[in-house]
Amino acid sequence: MQVNEYKPLIVAFCCNWCSYAGADLAGNNRLNYPADVKIIRVPCSCRVNPMFILRAFQRGADGVILCGCHPGDCHYTSGNYYTRRRMALLFSMLDYLGIEKERTRVEWVSAAEGAKFAETMNDFAKTVAALGENKRLEDLRCKK
Amino acid sequence: MQRIGVFVCHCGTNIAGTVDVKAVAEALKTEPGVVFSTDYQYMCSQAGQDIIKKAIAEYNLTGIVVCSCSPRMHEATFRKTAAAAGLNPYMVEIANIREQCSWVHKEVPIGTEKAIILAKAAVAKVNLNAPLTPGESPVTKRALVIGGGIAGIQTALDIADAGFPVDIVETKPTIGGKMAQLDKTFPTLDCAACILTPKMVDVAQNDKIRVFSYSEVTEVGGFVGNFEVTIKRRARYVKEDICTGCGLCTEKCPQKKVPNEFNLGMDNRSAIYIPFAQAVPKVATIDPNHCMKLKTGKCGVCSKVCTAGAIDYEAKDEFVKEKYGAIVVATGFNPISMEKFDEFAYSQSKDVITSLELERLMNAAGPTGGTLLRPSDHEHPHTIVFVQCVGSRCEACAEKGKEYCSKICCMYTAKHAMLIRDKYPDTEVYVFYIDVRTPGKNFDEFYRRAVEEYGVHYIKGMVGKVSPEGNKLKVQGSDLIYGRQLHIDADLVVLAAAIEPDKSARPLATMLTASMDTNDFFTEAHPKLRPVESPTAGVFLSGTCQGPKDIPETVSQAGAAASKVIGLLCKDKLTGNPCVAHSDEMMCNGCSTCEKVCPYGAISYVDKEFRMPDRTTKVRRVAVVNEAVCQGCGACTVACMSGAMDLKGFMNKQIMAEVDAICK
Amino acid sequence: MLDKKELLKEQVIRASGVNPLKCMRCGKCSGTCPSYDEMEYHPHQFVYMVEMGDIETLMKSESVYKCLSCFACVERCPRGVEPAKIIEAVRLEAIRQKGNNHMTANDIPEKVNDDIPQQAIMSAMRKYSK
Repeated sequence: MQVNEYKPLIVAFCCNWCSYAGADLAGNNRLNYPADVKIIRVPCSCRVNPMFILRAFQRGADGVILCGCHPGDCHYTSGNYYTRRRMALLFSMLDYLGIEKERTRVEWVSAAEGAKFAETMNDFAKTVAALGENKRLEDLRCKK
Repeated sequence: MQRIGVFVCHCGTNIAGTVDVKAVAEALKTEPGVVFSTDYQYMCSQAGQDIIKKAIAEYNLTGIVVCSCSPRMHEATFRKTAAAAGLNPYMVEIANIREQCSWVHKEVPIGTEKAIILAKAAVAKVNLNAPLTPGESPVTKRALVIGGGIAGIQTALDIADAGFPVDIVETKPTIGGKMAQLDKTFPTLDCAACILTPKMVDVAQNDKIRVFSYSEVTEVGGFVGNFEVTIKRRARYVKEDICTGCGLCTEKCPQKKVPNEFNLGMDNRSAIYIPFAQAVPKVATIDPNHCMKLKTGKCGVCSKVCTAGAIDYEAKDEFVKEKYGAIVVATGFNPISMEKFDEFAYSQSKDVITSLELERLMNAAGPTGGTLLRPSDHEHPHTIVFVQCVGSRCEACAEKGKEYCSKICCMYTAKHAMLIRDKYPDTEVYVFYIDVRTPGKNFDEFYRRAVEEYGVHYIKGMVGKVSPEGNKLKVQGSDLIYGRQLHIDADLVVLAAAIEPDKSARPLATMLTASMDTNDFFTEAHPKLRPVESPTAGVFLSGTCQGPKDIPETVSQAGAAASKVIGLLCKDKLTGNPCVAHSDEMMCNGCSTCEKVCPYGAISYVDKEFRMPDRTTKVRRVAVVNEAVCQGCGACTVACMSGAMDLKGFMNKQIMAEVDAICK
Repeated sequence: MLDKKELLKEQVIRASGVNPLKCMRCGKCSGTCPSYDEMEYHPHQFVYMVEMGDIETLMKSESVYKCLSCFACVERCPRGVEPAKIIEAVRLEAIRQKGNNHMTANDIPEKVNDDIPQQAIMSAMRKYSK
């Protein structure tokens, strides 16, 4: 594989009420972001089990981003606060394991922030692309 | 193994312009579980839906994936289509290839590649989908209103008006709450009693409303539509149904030295008392802490003078159990204690009073009969200083004040100042303020009238010290605009005390599993869009228990809460969201973590008997999710250490399969 | 690069640990202040002027020495701004620029008598040494 052809694989978890709607709005406004970002819909950012993130890295994802409602705006009152705490812990552990902090991110995107969503994804994809392929946690047995 | 059908929508050129839809349909054919795959111009059209219905019947499909626009747009449509064809609606998954693919990418190969991956992820999820049926629960058509102030009264009247029975539980011997203690109301200056007491009479006369006065809620069980509530009716030693409220007993009672709570201790009442003339229910109550008969067994005057024979010294607390479909919290507020603000000398001088005390001093039914007199020497005060924000916006002094703005003080202080200047033009009135906040209809005009027409001196700055000297109060404060320290010899100092939620709110919130903020105000389900509902289903909020409010706001919120309750009680059955948490009791270790993270109190623990492999039985503590209460956020699934908790519709293995499909 | 004015402001804010932006300008500090009449600039003005970065003026003013360090303003402030600490920081800045201590620990014993409250000695130490 040539370096200039390298495309990162990014998994984005979006909460159903704010960020998924924000992603839809980015679409409605035709705001481009890299196709490397693949979105998975979850009811709330607090539904994202650290296992999912570990699994993504194990399967060769280069970056994982979590999007939820802004603090105080969670549809379920407090879900995003759980997310914030859990991810702070998980990300520092991943950092210890060699998954750079830049590969993981939590971002608050409201349903009205289509532009922010696109911007965030562009920036995140750029950051991850600059870091190159994630090899630390990748399980080569999963590779075909 | 599922039999899955994949339907790829062109959406005109919206999708087909950037995504090679035929290639997507073709690529999906080989996915595990897929038995049919096609594309069509407009999947959401009638013709498109017919294709889906036909395919379900023809290929005996057990699940479908529609690659189209956002699920927020047409998920409901396609679920209905599936249901019409006899498929469980929760066997439908949408791959969002319009908003999150074709619209944000420009090149066809890239769009097509991503669309295929998204569709594969959806197929992987459907493979693990299970049919879901929303739970149903019956609704008890009766509402409970906790608190009998203006908020509770208005909510109860509105619910009763719609034809549903309502019970009001009030801890005091009468309903009416704080509003009954007020003199006049801003900004129209109509007398509080004149507009409140007719409503109290309406409550008393409404055959749909029961009033449990002198009572409190002690236990709440059940969930939305099916609450079971225990109400403790404290012994009032007077038979409510027999007492005529003539008041003879209160006149004859020899114990007349009891501080009168209704007048905030500024005069006395008898041990058997009716709080005020327009009380509802108009029934006497014996105060067991002061009644000689109850304390020493000697007296019994009231029972002798009562011609109706309503006195019952043997009365005991009674417990009433009742079922309710909805609960409205209207527990209201209290002014905070001024004891700790020693700079204002509240505890040292009788002439430093709170605004609520001033209301009673100005009220015709108050301790002075409506003439404004100093509490210490009953002289007419000539210089009055009002201090605003006492304890409000007090971030640094959490042990004595509150960090929020109490909202009503600016307006009632303007009202007091205006009324005093109107009635006693020889009085000089000073108001020390930090900001004057008067948003509201006719509010700012009202405040300006106090300044411009009535000549109230508004001074920008705070009072730093009040020291009693002789019969005067030396007030030292700053005049920030002038840039000087001001010294005023005042006769009366009135403190606009911050308000706080009633003390009963916190234990009540625990009983209701309703959430509260750090200031003990009840939290609303959404601060903008669901302001009168608690996050706990079936619990509604009315009045100041949710945040500081004036009377017009309280009444409108009370009406809003009532309409939400009526909307709930109108239903015969509640249909739940089937995507709820579910605990695998074989895996649950009974650790209670999920119970603690659940924002809705939907999880409880029960002791359950399990048969062990060796044929013995063992009792274990396991989590049980109440499906009627769970909203399906999934916080518990992540918190669960043993992996017993899962969320239907978004199961761990389903999301994992999506991750795998994307990362292939 | 901060200019001299901003540097001074930074220095005062850092030394005092006070965030003047928390002030909501209620004036309770000046309403409480026992030496208000002695001061050219009053506690609330100190907070405001530090926020504005006008510290040179404060350093030149006698007001910094008129503050009794009684901390009544700190006690009463509803926002926890602690004006006395800001005044102290400005004073410290002035004294440091002048260069030497005006009072050392050795001066204390001769000043102590039964009438002087201990707090006054502490305040004097605060005021006259860097």
